[in-house]
Amino acid sequence: MAISVGFRHGVHPPEEKELTNQLPIRRMPFADELVFPLRQHAGKPALLCVKVGDHVERGDTLGEADGFMSVPIHASAAGTVVDFDWWPHPDGSMAMAVRLKVDRYAPQVARPRLVPRWEGLTPAEVVQAVQRGGVVGLGGAAFPTHVKLAPPKDSAVHTLIINGAECEPYLTSDHRTMVEYAPRVLFGIRVMMRSLGVLKCVVGIERNKPDAIEAMRAAVPADLAVEILPLTVKYPQGAEKMLIKAVTGVEVPSGKLPVTVGVVVQNVGSVAAIAEVFETGLPLIERIVTVSGHGLRRPANLIVPVGTKLRDLLAFCDGLTADAAEVIIGGPMMGQAQANLDAPVIKGTTGVVVLAKNETREQRSWPCIHCGRCLEACPVFLNPSMLGDLATVGRYEEMSANHLADCMLCGSCAYVCPSNIPLAQLFQASKTALRRQLATVQ
Amino acid sequence: MNESSAPHLVVTASPHLRPGDSTPRIMWNVVGSLVPVIAAAAWFFGVSALLVVAAATLGAVLAERAFGRGGSLADGSAAITGLLLGLTLPAGLPLWMVFLGGAFGIGFGKAVWGGLGQNVFNPALVGRAFLQAAFPVAITTWPTVGGGFFTLKGDLFALPFMHPVTSAVTSATPLGLLKFEGKGTEIASLIFGGRGGSVGETAALVILAAGAYLALRDYLNWRLPVSIIATVALLSGVLHAIDPHKPDVPFMLFSGGLMLGAVYMATDMVTSPVTNLGRWVFGIGVGILVVVIRVWGGLPEGVMYAILFMNALVPFINRATQPRVFGTSLRTTT
Repeated sequence: MAISVGFRHGVHPPEEKELTNQLPIRRMPFADELVFPLRQHAGKPALLCVKVGDHVERGDTLGEADGFMSVPIHASAAGTVVDFDWWPHPDGSMAMAVRLKVDRYAPQVARPRLVPRWEGLTPAEVVQAVQRGGVVGLGGAAFPTHVKLAPPKDSAVHTLIINGAECEPYLTSDHRTMVEYAPRVLFGIRVMMRSLGVLKCVVGIERNKPDAIEAMRAAVPADLAVEILPLTVKYPQGAEKMLIKAVTGVEVPSGKLPVTVGVVVQNVGSVAAIAEVFETGLPLIERIVTVSGHGLRRPANLIVPVGTKLRDLLAFCDGLTADAAEVIIGGPMMGQAQANLDAPVIKGTTGVVVLAKNETREQRSWPCIHCGRCLEACPVFLNPSMLGDLATVGRYEEMSANHLADCMLCGSCAYVCPSNIPLAQLFQASKTALRRQLATVQ
Repeated sequence: MNESSAPHLVVTASPHLRPGDSTPRIMWNVVGSLVPVIAAAAWFFGVSALLVVAAATLGAVLAERAFGRGGSLADGSAAITGLLLGLTLPAGLPLWMVFLGGAFGIGFGKAVWGGLGQNVFNPALVGRAFLQAAFPVAITTWPTVGGGFFTLKGDLFALPFMHPVTSAVTSATPLGLLKFEGKGTEIASLIFGGRGGSVGETAALVILAAGAYLALRDYLNWRLPVSIIATVALLSGVLHAIDPHKPDVPFMLFSGGLMLGAVYMATDMVTSPVTNLGRWVFGIGVGILVVVIRVWGGLPEGVMYAILFMNALVPFINRATQPRVFGTSLRTTT
C-alpha cells in the first residue's frame, strides 16, 4: 500500500483497554431521575419545549433545535418534568437542564412513529431527518452530525472517513460497537455515502482492535466501496487531522476544515446513531459508554440512557474502590474531571474513567528545562515549550503568531513533560484569553 | 457509593495521567551515570580526584541552597553542575579554588539568571571559565597519574590567597605537549586513560559508555554528542590529510575534554537547542570551534569555550529552526 497508516510524533500512554475490551455491551436500567442539559452539542443550545408538570414518553422532544447549527434534545425515558433549572454540566460549568422523574411502572416503549425510508429521501431530507434525530458526533466533541452531511456547495467531497481509532486510553465503546454492531455501522455508512454523494469510504481502526477490524471486514457488503484500514497504535490517532493524514497522506491546511481536502470524517458511534434513525425511527436517546478505570469496582460497556447521573452510573458498576481519586468524563487524555457526580451522561460522553490515586498527576511542577520532548510529541509540530513560556507571562498575541490556534489540546505535550507543566491547560486558558481580547476589541 | 466519596475527588486539567518521567529523575540519573566516571578519576588520580570533585560539588550545592528557590536542591541539577565542574579540573588544584569555582558556577551561571531552566550558559563551564581567568597558573598545572592512592597531587589544602606549594610531579597534557612542544602521545593512553589532564577527562571509554546509557534512557539527546564528535573527526581528518603535522583523528577525539564535553556539557538540556535540527547545528558549531581553537588558537584546549560560545547562540538557533507547523508550508515565526 502506497499510503501511510500513521502520522508523525504523538505519544504512547498505557492503553488500559483490556479492562473492558472483551466485555459485551449491556443495558443500564433507568434511574429514578434523569437530567437533560439543553446544551449537549457544539452550536446553539436547544430551545425548551416542555414545561414543569408535563408528562413525556420515551423519545419525546424536550428541546427543539435552535437553527441549523443545533439539534433537538429528547427524553430517554417516560416520565414527568419536575424542574427546569441550573444543573452541573459534565464540562464543569452549570447549564439549564430539564429534570425528569422517571415513571417507575412505564413500559418505556416509544410512541409508534413513521420510520423514514432512506432510499426515497433526497440528501436534504436525509440531513433533516438526522437533525430531527438529534444526532451529534459521539466521539466527544458532539458536533451536529447533519451539518457534516451538508458540506458547502463549492466543496468536492470524495472520501468519507469513519473514525474507529479510539486512541484514548481505557475507552472501548467504539471498539465494542464495531464488534457487536458492525452491520448497523455499515448501514449508517451506506446512508451517509449516498447522502454525501461519495463513492469511497475508509474506516480507520487502530491495530490494537483486531476483532473489530475482522468484524467490520466481514460485514462490508459487496456493492459498497468501503476499505477497513488498520492504523498505527498511537495517541492521538483519532484526532481528525491525524486520521486524515494517516488515511490519505494529506495534511489539512492550518485553520481549514477537512472539507477543503475533500474529506468528511465521522465517528463510528455517530454512524451507528444515524443507522438507528433510519432503522427504528428513534432519536439519539441512549449511547454506548465505557465505564472503566482502576478506581472502579466493576468496569463495563453499557448502553446508557442520556441524562443518567454519574452517581447512578457508578453505583450500577458497584461503585468506587477505596483508592479511587478522580472521575473523568471522556478519556484520561482529553476528558473532563468531575467535581460533582450529579452531572449527567450526555450525548458526547464516550466514557467515564475512574483513576486510582497513583495514576493521577502530581501537583508539583518544576521549571521547564527545555528538554524538547514536547516538540517531539506534538502531532501538529508546534513548540509547546516556547508556547508554555509565553503563556505564563501572558504574551497571547505572540502565542497566536506561533500557531496557538492549531493546538487541538490533545495533551501529548503535557503527558511527556518531565517537569509536569500543565501545558494543555495553559493553552486552553490562553485560547480563552485571546477570545476575550478579541471580543473586547470588536 | 456514598455521599462522602464526592469531597475526596481530585479535579485536574487534562491530561489526567501521570507521566512516567520527572525532571528530578532525569537529573539524578545523570548524577548516577557519573559514578563510574568519578570512579575512573579516582583510579587514576587517587584521593585527590575525589577531594576535587567533592569540593566543587559542595560549592555548587551550598550556592544553590543559598540562592536557589525553595526546594531546588532536590531536583539534583546543582549536584550535576558541581560534579561536572570537579571533573574538568586538575587533581592538584587547591580545594578553596575548586569550592569557589562551584559556587561561582551556580551563583553567576544559574541563580542570577533565575534558576533552573533559565540560564543561557552551562553553569559548570561558567565556573571553570571563572577559575581559568582567576587562577591561570594553578588550573594549568597538571599532576601526573599514578603514585599511591592517598598521595595528594598538589597543595590541595593551601589556604586561600596563599601561594600554593607545588611539590607533586606534574606534566603537560597531551594537547599541551602537542601545541607547545610538538610531541605526540600514545593513542592507547588516550583511550584507556592514564595520561595527564583534568581528573574526569582521561577515561574516554567510561564516558562514552555512560553517555550511551543516558542516550538509551532518553536522558540525553544523541544528536549532540554524535554531531560534535563527527564534526571534529571529519574536520581534523581533512586537516591531517592536507598537512600531516596537524594532529590525526584519534588524537583529536580522545585527547583533552572532548568526550566529557560532548557527552555531558553540550547535552545540558537547558543550554542546548530544543529542536532536533537546532541540535545538529549546535553540535556542528561546537565541533568546528573545538578544531579551530585547538589547531590555530593560542590555547591547547578549546572544548569549554566552544560550548560556551555556542550556548550564547542557542536562542538564535532555536528561533531559526522552529518546526514546520502541521498543515502549513512555513516554520513558526517568532
